[in-house]
Amino acid sequence: MAFDTEKNSYTVIFAAIMVVIVGSLLAFMASSLSDRISENERLEKQQNILYAMGVNENGDDEGSVNFVSTSTVAGEFNKYITEQLIIEGEEVTKDENAYLIDLKKEETRAKAGEVRRLPLFIGEKDGQKYYIIPMRGKGLWDAIWGFMSLDENMVVQGVFFDHAGETPGLGANINQRYFMDDFIGESVLSGSRYVGVAVTKGNNDPTNERKDDNAVDALAGSTITGDGVTAMIRETLKLYKPYLETIRVKN
Amino acid sequence: MALLSKKDTSLILDPLSDNNPITIQVLGICSALAITAELKASIVMSISVLFVMGMGNVVISLMRNIIPSKIRIIVQLVVVATLVIIVDQVLKAFAYELSKTLSVFVGLIITNCIIMGRFEAFALANGTWRSFLDGIGNAAGYGVILIIIGFFRELLGSGTLLGYKVLGDPIAKTGLYAIGYENNGFMLLSPMALIVVGLIIWVQRSRNKDLIEEN
Repeated sequence: MAFDTEKNSYTVIFAAIMVVIVGSLLAFMASSLSDRISENERLEKQQNILYAMGVNENGDDEGSVNFVSTSTVAGEFNKYITEQLIIEGEEVTKDENAYLIDLKKEETRAKAGEVRRLPLFIGEKDGQKYYIIPMRGKGLWDAIWGFMSLDENMVVQGVFFDHAGETPGLGANINQRYFMDDFIGESVLSGSRYVGVAVTKGNNDPTNERKDDNAVDALAGSTITGDGVTAMIRETLKLYKPYLETIRVKN
Repeated sequence: MALLSKKDTSLILDPLSDNNPITIQVLGICSALAITAELKASIVMSISVLFVMGMGNVVISLMRNIIPSKIRIIVQLVVVATLVIIVDQVLKAFAYELSKTLSVFVGLIITNCIIMGRFEAFALANGTWRSFLDGIGNAAGYGVILIIIGFFRELLGSGTLLGYKVLGDPIAKTGLYAIGYENNGFMLLSPMALIVVGLIIWVQRSRNKDLIEEN
């Protein structure tokens, strides 16, 4: 052995060299794969948005979430999503890349006192219009996010939720059909107030028969994730309320 | 097999049965509990561990003479963590949907004690080729058990295998469900994985009495 591996100086030098090698290897990996990864994430976003308005390949399958396939999603997205809007305060502009807006960055901008850009997508299927609202909130461990599509009566037409790291088997099940499908048909209005749809325990409606109670049955064992979903919907609606008031059918 | 001497062959084959990392060495139990509710996750986890373990043992073995003994555990951790991040990034780039279902579990490979155990016990003291075989063998032994557990948990817990409804449809009451069979939701919970591991240990030890420990 040429080196004395017991010496302190050797240990320090070894550690330093190792860190440099490993660091550059990982940096190289990350930058060479980042294009592919962000393309995958972009397609996923399109799949999620379409899923929320009911464009998916669920068919007769009652159990699992089946997105439009990644190879066709770009075309389907252009076909069904007719308008993409950015709402900045009073101002509403069209922008066909609104779906790429990072909600987390907008949150930071709002905190810094700037006007927040709120993306909203209008989809059309079989003559019906869907207003799809993206949302982002906090679960138990990490971020949760989703898309909710509404019609002109402010009735939920579909939702899609996902999470970064909720507990597998418990909170992670917010992206399962048996949870998401319950939202369909619920109204986010109570009278003329935007109350959202709450995830509640013990609303005596486990099969979700009542569609007028602004509530769906919670997942067992995931109180905090469920509360996170409730809060996410409520807070998001607060932001979108001025715009939603302009499209709501009043009767 | 000219490529593999008798010792080499035993390096690969022993961990599959008589020196299995899970049932005999009792390593890697934690991940065996966490991810085996579905067969697919078990298979992918096994393949990922196979890669990380084979590569990791080779890297550690190559460096075994220059690693300062004071920080050898840290060096081992760095090697595992690097390999795991590479697996994670590659899955995200080339198998995005799979990486979503595995999200948390890929990270769990780092905490898999089999990997650290083999680095410490074998790769630090043996040549590169043997270390590679040892890594592959142990990862395969781990994978076999994982797949067996995943098979039974998915079959009995959800009535499916790899997502296919092999026992019929529980809602429409076809196949076995027509004659009153029910899925056992218990199988989906982690404790049942431990019980299945226990059963495997039982079967294995009653077939080979040499494995029974003396008290």
